[in-house]
Amino acid sequence: MHKVAASTVDWKALREDFPILREQAHGHQLIYFDSAATSQKPRAVLDALRNFYEHENANVHRGLHTLSSRATEAYEKARQRVAAYIGAPSAEEIIFTRGTTESINLVAQAWGGRFIREGDVILLTVMEHHSNLVPWQLLAERTGARLRFVPVRDDGTLELEQLPTLLTPEVKLFAFTHVSNSLGTINPVAELCEKAHAVGALTLVDAAQSIGHLPLDVRELDCDFLAFSGHKMCGPTGIGVLYGRAEILNSMPPWHGGGEMIVSVALDKSTFKKTPHRFEAGTPNIAGAIGLAAAIDYIEEIGRAAIFEHDSQLARYATERLTELPGTRVFGPKEERGALVGFVMDSAHPHDLTTFADQFGLAMRGGHHCNQPLMRRLGVSGTTRASFYFYNTMEEIDRMIEILHAAVHFFK
Amino acid sequence: MIPEIEELYQEVILDHSRRPRNFGELADAAVRVHGDNPACGDEIHLAVRFDADGGLENIKFTGRGCAISQASASLMTMKLKGKSRAEVTEMLRAFHDLVTNETSEAPKSLGDLRVMQGVRKFPQRVKCAMLPWRAVEQALEQGAGEATVSTEPA
Repeated sequence: MHKVAASTVDWKALREDFPILREQAHGHQLIYFDSAATSQKPRAVLDALRNFYEHENANVHRGLHTLSSRATEAYEKARQRVAAYIGAPSAEEIIFTRGTTESINLVAQAWGGRFIREGDVILLTVMEHHSNLVPWQLLAERTGARLRFVPVRDDGTLELEQLPTLLTPEVKLFAFTHVSNSLGTINPVAELCEKAHAVGALTLVDAAQSIGHLPLDVRELDCDFLAFSGHKMCGPTGIGVLYGRAEILNSMPPWHGGGEMIVSVALDKSTFKKTPHRFEAGTPNIAGAIGLAAAIDYIEEIGRAAIFEHDSQLARYATERLTELPGTRVFGPKEERGALVGFVMDSAHPHDLTTFADQFGLAMRGGHHCNQPLMRRLGVSGTTRASFYFYNTMEEIDRMIEILHAAVHFFK
Repeated sequence: MIPEIEELYQEVILDHSRRPRNFGELADAAVRVHGDNPACGDEIHLAVRFDADGGLENIKFTGRGCAISQASASLMTMKLKGKSRAEVTEMLRAFHDLVTNETSEAPKSLGDLRVMQGVRKFPQRVKCAMLPWRAVEQALEQGAGEATVSTEPA
């Protein structure tokens, strides 16, 4: 039915690293096709969290005792690990946040608050997740800036031919997603950054769906900001990253005030540290950062190129097989796509389909996927999304197709 | 087939979702309510005409959504046509209880609506079943004109 993966990784063996994959749902072996929402966690990450709390737990950057040194060292090593993972020249350019959403809000508030004026334009795309849309709407409301959008073609790619008219000198920032969470579209980030820079705009890349799935280097992409979450790349929830070029970060005011981010505090005024600590007020998610570093180690051991190859095969195979089903419309580009496929079926609404599938142990997501404007553009109220990661198999996709056939029969 | 699935999607429900009754425009409606489930994009447009005593003389709907919300709207309109305000209010309460309360007996007065009982095992689907009822509740409150109602109050 399908081709064997060309790479040498033993993908089946990797499943053993994920205890949760042995779970059952409604008496059936779990098939987890919702990794675009959050990925599962390998034992290495769970162990790192436990090890931290058992042997290193203390607050960072303030105690003079042994545990505090250990915790601080582990936390700052995690920062270095993240920097190396994304090709950032310096660990100072890595700010730990709660996730992609907080990273983007940080830029919208701290950078946008200082540099955006009435009449400026923030350029976005119609395929943005609400987390890369709503923060800019709030900024526009506060400042009188305007939002502009790159339209999406029927095939799920961006209308790049519109860029010359959209990218005018009023554009101060072009913020866009690397991989669409509904369509799977992989946007040409380096090209978009180059074109934005040509008119003097900065760029922000939402890497939530790409960071754990494909090789990515901020110097090659030449982006100014990059935002992502740990939990979609085998890491814990509640930890994320904002990468920003150091000179830009140091030109931005703090956004949260509190401990850890100050140099000195008087009753009427304070002075602030440089990046990254300027943006990390309060006790950070220390264990989360350490768990994220363990996730990076785990992913790097497999190799992101191999993961991308594996996941692309799954997505292509799923796309191919979904077209066998009567009355099924598959969204997104046919050729190259990220590790997910969104579709609708004439016979069943996405919510009915996901409820039905869940009864067979198949976890998918139905709805608008925080992409309401994109859904409107596609002319649907929602889609069903099957999203994959390296622990998924072709056999699981075969099983999904069987379940969907049963659904067609049941709902028709 | 799996028992829970068949309990949720009973043949009557599937039938009503495929061929919803009272589906269409109501020309001389006194009140029109646009009901919205922003969590999934489902919507219902409910139109109601009242009789002299304020009862539901006629009620129709259009919209799109999942089998549960469509069937719920279809069954609801059949049940509520010709009912007094007090009866509608009581039925709204009883229906909410039917789809949310794991332990309660389904009251006979609900009639065909009792096929919706399977929803109680699927808490994430309660909003789908309740969407048309929220709309009718709003219609009674509003009395005339147009209104919108959402399963996620702003």
